[in-house]
Amino acid sequence: MKRKKKKKNPRKPTRRMAAATSMVTSSSFTFPFQGLRLPILSYPCMKPERRIMRKDASNVITATYELKPPPYPLNALEPHMSRETLEYHWGKHHRTYVENLNKQIVGTDLEGPSLEDIIIVTYNRGDILPAFNSAAQAWNHDFFWESTRPGGGGKPSGDLLDLIKRDFGSFERFTEEFQSAAATQFGSGYAWLAYKANRLGVENAVNPWSSDNDKKLVIVKSPNAVNPLVWDYFPLLTIDVWEHAYYLDFQNRRAEYISMFMEKLVSWEAVNARLEKAKAEAAEREMEEERRKKEEEEWKPTDGDDDDEGLEMYVDSDDDSEAE
Amino acid sequence: MALRSLATRKTLTLGLNSTRLTQSRALQTFSLPDLPYDYGALEPAISGEIMQLHHQKHHQTYITNYNKALEQLHEAIQKGDFSTVAKLQSAIKFNGGGHINHSIFWQNIAPIREEGGEPPKGSLGWAIDTNFGSLESLIQKINAEGAALQGSGWVWLGLDKELKKLVIETTANQDPLVTKGAHLVPLLGIDVWEHAYYLQYKNVRPDYLKNIWKVINWKYANGVYEKESA
Repeated sequence: MKRKKKKKNPRKPTRRMAAATSMVTSSSFTFPFQGLRLPILSYPCMKPERRIMRKDASNVITATYELKPPPYPLNALEPHMSRETLEYHWGKHHRTYVENLNKQIVGTDLEGPSLEDIIIVTYNRGDILPAFNSAAQAWNHDFFWESTRPGGGGKPSGDLLDLIKRDFGSFERFTEEFQSAAATQFGSGYAWLAYKANRLGVENAVNPWSSDNDKKLVIVKSPNAVNPLVWDYFPLLTIDVWEHAYYLDFQNRRAEYISMFMEKLVSWEAVNARLEKAKAEAAEREMEEERRKKEEEEWKPTDGDDDDEGLEMYVDSDDDSEAE
Repeated sequence: MALRSLATRKTLTLGLNSTRLTQSRALQTFSLPDLPYDYGALEPAISGEIMQLHHQKHHQTYITNYNKALEQLHEAIQKGDFSTVAKLQSAIKFNGGGHINHSIFWQNIAPIREEGGEPPKGSLGWAIDTNFGSLESLIQKINAEGAALQGSGWVWLGLDKELKKLVIETTANQDPLVTKGAHLVPLLGIDVWEHAYYLQYKNVRPDYLKNIWKVINWKYANGVYEKESA
C-alpha cells in the first residue's frame, strides 16, 4: 500500500539552503541526533507501510496503520514458540498497540510522518510523549516477527559473519553477549544487534581517523518500548523480552526462551538483508554529508537573509493545493 | 500468623584486643518468607499456579540474586574496588527491591475466609473516605494507574508521613515506593508485572486489577497505617 506524502512547498527553502544560512534551526520536527544529516531517517529495511491514507469529508488526509501479520502462520514456530503465544502476542498485544497508535495520532501532526519519524519525534530525547509507546511497540513487533522464521537459528554467513567475528571476536562470543544482554534487561524490553554508523556529531569536530571502524555491530538492550532508532542506529535483530513474549511457553525461565530463540528462531536471512541496506544507507549518508560540506564551503552566507523559516518539512498552510 | 524472619545474620568475628581496625561488616543473607496461606487459597481471584510460580520462582530469584549482589558488594568494598561497587548498584536496587516489594505483597493479599476482600475498617477506612471520597473511588484510581503503567512495575497506596495523607503512586520495575519519596510508606502494593497475572488473565490487565480486590488484606494495610500515623 503506497503512502502518499504531502509535497513540500517549493517556495520554502530546502533544508540544504536553510542549513547553510543557520546551522541551528528550530522547528517542531528537527531531529536532534541528525543535526547535520539527512532530515528523515528512513529505516533501511522499511517495507511499504501498511497505511491507508484517505481524505475525509473536509478534504483532510488521515492515516490509519494496519496490523501486519507475521511472515508465517501462527503455528509455524511450534514447538518452540506456541501458536497460543502468537495468538496473544500478535493477535492481542501487537494489535492493541496498532489500534492505540491510530487513536493517538488521528487529527494530529503525527498523521503525516512515517512510523520511524513518529517514533523519533515522540521519543523527544527521552522525555517521551504519549504516542511513543504505541508507535515504537507497533514498529518493534513488526521487526520482531520478521527477525524470526520457522526453521531458523544456526549460523550466519558471508559479510555478516565476518563482521560478527570482527566486532565480537567470534560467533560464540556474540551469542553469549547477546543472550546476556537479553537476560539482564531488568523488567520489560528488548535486546538488539544493531549497525552503528554514526560518527561524532560535534560541531566542527572531524574524526581524524574516520574509517570503516566507525561502522560496527553493537549489542544493546533497551527498556519497555525504546528501540535503537532513537539512537540513530540501524537495528538488525531483536529479541522481545517482555514477559508476555515467553510466559505462556516458558513461565519465569527467560534464559531458556532466549537460547531457544537463538537456536531455533533467528532469521539470519532477515538480519543479512537489513545489514546490506544499513551499509548502503550509511554510505549514502556519508556521500550526502561530503556533498553538503562542500556546498557550505562554496556558498557564502550573507547577513540580512531572512530565510530563517527553517526545516519545514510538513507543510500545513491552507494554500498548499499541491498536497495530494 | 507471623511470617518467618526475613533475614538470618552471619556475623564475622571481631578480634577482641586488636589494635588494628578490622574491616568487619555483617553479611546478611536473605531467605524466602513462607506464605501464610496455601497457593490455591486465593482462587479464583489469583490462580494457585500463578501464586506458586510467583513465590517459588520469581521472588526466590530476586532473593538469590540479591544475596549474590550483596556478597559481591561486600567483597568490592573490602577491596576498595569502587568501580565494581558502582556497577552493582542497579542489581542491588532491582533484586533488593524485588525482595522488599514481594514480601509486602504477600501480606497485602489474603484468602476470603481470612477476611481477604473485607473493606477497611478503622482509621484507614476513614482516611480513604477523607482523601478519596470513597473506597470505590480509590479502587478506580488505583486501577486506572495500574492499567496505564507501561512495561513492568507496581501501583501503590502509600502514606506520606510528612504531609500526613494517602497517596497513589506507581513505580517502575522493582523500584520500592520510597524511590518516589523518602517519606512514603507502602500500605498496599499491587504487582502489575505480567508474571503476576499473565497465565490467568493474559493481556487483560484490567481484569486482574478488578478481581484482586476480592482478596486484598485491608487488615494489614490498616495495621501499617495506624502504626505509621501514630
